[in-house]
Amino acid sequence: MSEVIVVTSGKGGVGKTTTSANIGTGLAILGKRTVMIDTDIGLRNLDVVMGLENRIVYNLVDVVEGNCRMKQALIRDKRYPNLYLLPSAQTRDKSAVNPEQMMKLVDDLQDDFDYILLDCPAGIEQGFKNAVAGAGRALVVTTPEVSAIRDADRIIGLLDAGQMKSIHLIVNRVRHDMVRRGDMMSVDDVMDILAVPLIGAIPDDEAIVISTNQGEPLAGTDTAAGQAFMDICRRLLGEDVPLTLPNVSYGIFGRLTSLLKRA
Amino acid sequence: MMYSRTSVLRRKRSGAIAANRLKALLAADQTGFPPEVLEMLKDDLLRVISRYMDVDAQRMELRVRRSDGAESGDEDPAALYTVIPVRSLRLKGTIA
Repeated sequence: MSEVIVVTSGKGGVGKTTTSANIGTGLAILGKRTVMIDTDIGLRNLDVVMGLENRIVYNLVDVVEGNCRMKQALIRDKRYPNLYLLPSAQTRDKSAVNPEQMMKLVDDLQDDFDYILLDCPAGIEQGFKNAVAGAGRALVVTTPEVSAIRDADRIIGLLDAGQMKSIHLIVNRVRHDMVRRGDMMSVDDVMDILAVPLIGAIPDDEAIVISTNQGEPLAGTDTAAGQAFMDICRRLLGEDVPLTLPNVSYGIFGRLTSLLKRA
Repeated sequence: MMYSRTSVLRRKRSGAIAANRLKALLAADQTGFPPEVLEMLKDDLLRVISRYMDVDAQRMELRVRRSDGAESGDEDPAALYTVIPVRSLRLKGTIA
């Protein structure tokens, strides 16, 4: 049996897909058989972030509609042989799948994988309901911004109402320098406001943009964000990893001090 | 702080502003009450408590938190709670 985790946020653009790609990659690095499912029908993106966009033949809707077998639609990652992607359909919309079909889809993958990771679309409509249906655990991604946190709170309320068994928070794009000078809410502030346990915080890191440009997830690399994602993966496996925010340095002065610290 | 009187440094930090705005916003979202009604509730609470003790009205918080009722079988969907920092616990002498 596998653990089914949905990555969700309410608001768009806070890093759901990046988080899904990196957690999927991290779990695979840690030796877990992992499948990532892009549930954003019509706005497919996880394939691009993973660098697998050229290998898509069939998609999630094809599987649901019986146009192909599951095995034909699953794409094996080029770097990690125990990592797979089930891509979304680009030319259909959310109504092509319903929650029951999604639960069946997830169920069909249970025997072959340790982890099933569902990348949820933004919003609280059908796409969200589909993604959440088969999941036993939710990771809510937010950034330290008023709008993202408000939407995260709404999502947490909906997950609670839907009896989601486990809900954890990921605070993405934290700028340590801004928090220090009081111009960004701290991870503690966000936790206090949302009242949901934290599973990790990701520093705002240029390396994320570069990795997305290249289609190579950061997890496992020697970058602040990459390490933060690996820490989240270890916590998902039940390891007790202390919650610290890796320091990313900004500007010339910051880079100098971090160089000095490293020396 | 030595320079705390200069306007730049006395400006409230935007992180704290964001946190306070969010608390008010979420209380309104979760109760379904308009923000101005919650402000009225806050003012009423303050007025009553101020009759007894010296409180810091600026730092008062009014929040709604979902209860963990899903597990305990509790029917209550949420709890309203407030934090009112007290400046002095000395009983005020003006109780009518």
